[in-house]
Amino acid sequence: MLNTLHKKKNIQLPLGFALGIAFGFLLQKGGATYYDVIIGQLLLTDFTVLKIMLAAMITGMVGIHLLVTFNLAQLHPKPGAWGATIPGALIFGVGFGILGYCPGTVVGAVGHGALDALFGGVPGILLGAATFAALYPRLMPLLKRGDFGDVTFPRLFGINPWFVVVPVVLVVLALFYVLESAGL
Amino acid sequence: MDMLSAARWSPYAVGIGIGMLSWLAFLLSNKPLGCSTAFTRSAGLLERVVRGGKVNRKAYYLQFTPEIDWEWMLVLGVLVGALATALLSGQFQWVWTPGMWTAAAGPGVVTRILVALLGGFCVGFGARWAGGCTSGHGISGTLQLAVSSWIAAAGFFVGGIITAMLIYHVLLG
Repeated sequence: MLNTLHKKKNIQLPLGFALGIAFGFLLQKGGATYYDVIIGQLLLTDFTVLKIMLAAMITGMVGIHLLVTFNLAQLHPKPGAWGATIPGALIFGVGFGILGYCPGTVVGAVGHGALDALFGGVPGILLGAATFAALYPRLMPLLKRGDFGDVTFPRLFGINPWFVVVPVVLVVLALFYVLESAGL
Repeated sequence: MDMLSAARWSPYAVGIGIGMLSWLAFLLSNKPLGCSTAFTRSAGLLERVVRGGKVNRKAYYLQFTPEIDWEWMLVLGVLVGALATALLSGQFQWVWTPGMWTAAAGPGVVTRILVALLGGFCVGFGARWAGGCTSGHGISGTLQLAVSSWIAAAGFFVGGIITAMLIYHVLLG
């Protein structure tokens, strides 16, 4: 791994910025920074967002597992707990459906001039994050309930990661074929 | 046609690009792409302006120090990247209410801003409760085959689909 590079803060901050510019470019080109595209996905009439996310997932999955195989990267799976992951994701989902943007795309939406993202979405997310920080000590017991740690599916099944990566890639490609065949 | 000035790219090309970006993030920065902790750090930075240094001692901010870090710069980059792209492709436009919203709920700006504030609040609160958002869990977590992220991604879409359907087919239908 490129440990020396990872520790150089004066390089990492500009590098994060550069990768962000590329991320913003791609989100904008894909239309994912538009309320109508995201709501179209949630109403199941426009599958742009799902196609972007799944194409990113399988591309990333193959590359990252190759990097790990060659000892050039390490995984950072997020820990989970039934009390944290499910209620949190559902609250997020409700907000996603109301706002029509997520934390990354809301910032991109500001970039193309969406004023509801600038004056509603961004301050709303900041307020939500601050409120969570304030309530965190009291929510802690619930957040820890049913803790299952940072386990991955290959570790859970005790198998080589490629036995999961390859089938997931094939299923996603089959799903793309179905979506395109159905004209979605 | 010039690729860079085209208004839209194929979602598959965009997705492959984001996937390749995640390779670079892991290789060069040892980090998954994510966006929502940048909001936590920003909230902490803003709180610190109002209440001073004691904010840093809040339990949650001990985990996520209010500071400008790699991910914060990434999110700033998303703003600059989307802005530059929109300007270069002639897509930049100040808009108060998005098209589908306006068609269903009318052009009232105050209503849309209040609704967006409420939605944003749930997004920010829920993302921190779940430990990630559509980028950190939805893309970076699922590609690592993390169990938590696959559950979270399913929850994001279940919650989102039900809410959007209720808003568009029941409330405004």
